Amino acid sequence: MSISHAPPSKSGPDISDIPGKDAPLELDPLVPTSSRRTRVPRWLRRTTGPVVLVLLWQVLSATGVLTSDVLASPGRIAQVGSDLIADGSLASAMGTSLQRVAAGLLLGTLVGTGLALVSGLFRIGEDLVDAPVQMLRTVPFVGLIPLFIIWFGIGEAPKIAIITLGVTFPLYLNVYAGIRGVDSQLIEAGESLGLSRWGLVRHVVLPGALPGALTGLRYSLGIAWLALVFAEQVNADSGIGFLMVQARDFLRTDVIVVCLIVYAFLGLLADFVVRSLERLLLQWRPTFTGR
Amino acid sequence: MATDVHRPVTGHAAVRVEGLTRSFDDRAVIDDLRLDVRQGEFVALLGRSGCGKSTLLRILAGLDRDIEGTVLVPRRKAVAFQSPRLMPWKKVWRNVLLGLPGKPGRGVADQALDEVGLGHRADAWPKTLSGGEAQRASLARALVREPDLLLLDEPFGALDALTRIKAQRLVGELWQRRGCAVLLVTHDVEEAVLLADRVLVMDDGVIAHEQPIDLDRPRDITDPRFAELRAQLLERLGVDTAAEAA
Repeated sequence: MSISHAPPSKSGPDISDIPGKDAPLELDPLVPTSSRRTRVPRWLRRTTGPVVLVLLWQVLSATGVLTSDVLASPGRIAQVGSDLIADGSLASAMGTSLQRVAAGLLLGTLVGTGLALVSGLFRIGEDLVDAPVQMLRTVPFVGLIPLFIIWFGIGEAPKIAIITLGVTFPLYLNVYAGIRGVDSQLIEAGESLGLSRWGLVRHVVLPGALPGALTGLRYSLGIAWLALVFAEQVNADSGIGFLMVQARDFLRTDVIVVCLIVYAFLGLLADFVVRSLERLLLQWRPTFTGR
Repeated sequence: MATDVHRPVTGHAAVRVEGLTRSFDDRAVIDDLRLDVRQGEFVALLGRSGCGKSTLLRILAGLDRDIEGTVLVPRRKAVAFQSPRLMPWKKVWRNVLLGLPGKPGRGVADQALDEVGLGHRADAWPKTLSGGEAQRASLARALVREPDLLLLDEPFGALDALTRIKAQRLVGELWQRRGCAVLLVTHDVEEAVLLADRVLVMDDGVIAHEQPIDLDRPRDITDPRFAELRAQLLERLGVDTAAEAA
């Protein structure tokens, strides 16, 4: 049905507004995405939020709304931070903490991925492993600190054990889900190509489970720092958590904030590492990447 | 004539199936089926959807072993599925080499990809391929195994009409060059008559009808004999072409 066929005499007020064949249509230009994007570079946009927040904080501190025994000003914190760096105490604390996280992360990754492989790849493994892991998973791991101190003493072992425990479960869940989420059509294609059982695992199942595994790693890293904070505030004599406990005893909010910033910075660094890994390992993925 | 070049359609069997039965929950999808395919023969298998033709192909591919009866197939066989089923995490050439014994070099993959006209996309990720390209990559992956039996499960089903014509022509050429036996599962009667030496119609779990196609190659779909064969087969499949013509 085309309006141009309607006799002009019968056209109502609406239809008469529609231009005839001769009158030009009004055309909208479709703007290409490249020119629609703002000119502000991405990194600048991303840093704007935090910078504004810090400025606001400084203003509140300077005007006396925030007193220093509640929260030290950013300027004061920067001063204390540089002092701590200068006398080497921050570096040594960070070194100790990083070592603990690295060890716990390594162990947790091995245990979590190993268990997930056993229960993901084999049905008998699922029957034996999955139920106990699901049970243990719901126990708040922080609650195990007293037990771990009894078992492992007050040295490095209980701290690493706590981190390991925290890291294991998110990795287990995500790797397991990743393995079980692999497209069965691809498995079948692999079979039809004559892949052995191990070949299927190596070329089809594990690459297919990788996106899930990396999601698990992200969660695990977050929990690793969390576990570190808990572990280092109990019976520690070194590390960032210890620095914080000490600062609390002397009511030094500036030192506490410096330590918190260090934690945040380390978390950001960890996230950057996982992001880079994802960019490198998942470039094959035909998924939505945002506009 | 082109058909004479490749035709070692000897009496030797490439597929021998006898008394094959496959049941799903006590319902026999394939019921005492018999099928012979000779070496180098191109056989098309037609049938309504759900008639068991894809199940038969999966059985011949060795993907479904829950069967009764005798099934003899060559050791070297390859499958191209309806969806290309390329591993998205492997570049095209690695997909082609996947599962090949030994450590074949990249040249092997490039050669197979050149054969299907996809040599220039060897380094691409599967996500960047068009539907037709992905299907050709899947075909290269099947051919690189130098199969004695090539199983094609509606490989053109998801392609657009133009790409399909090209892909059909490509399969015809590859078959003539390679001389392997081909079993093409399809629901497209025209495609079957165009490519096959013999068209089988599957119904009720058995081969209900067999139609040799002795038209010269390359075949012309405007040939009246082509139309006649097509009409006969459509009738077999329960489509009344007289009404269509009227």
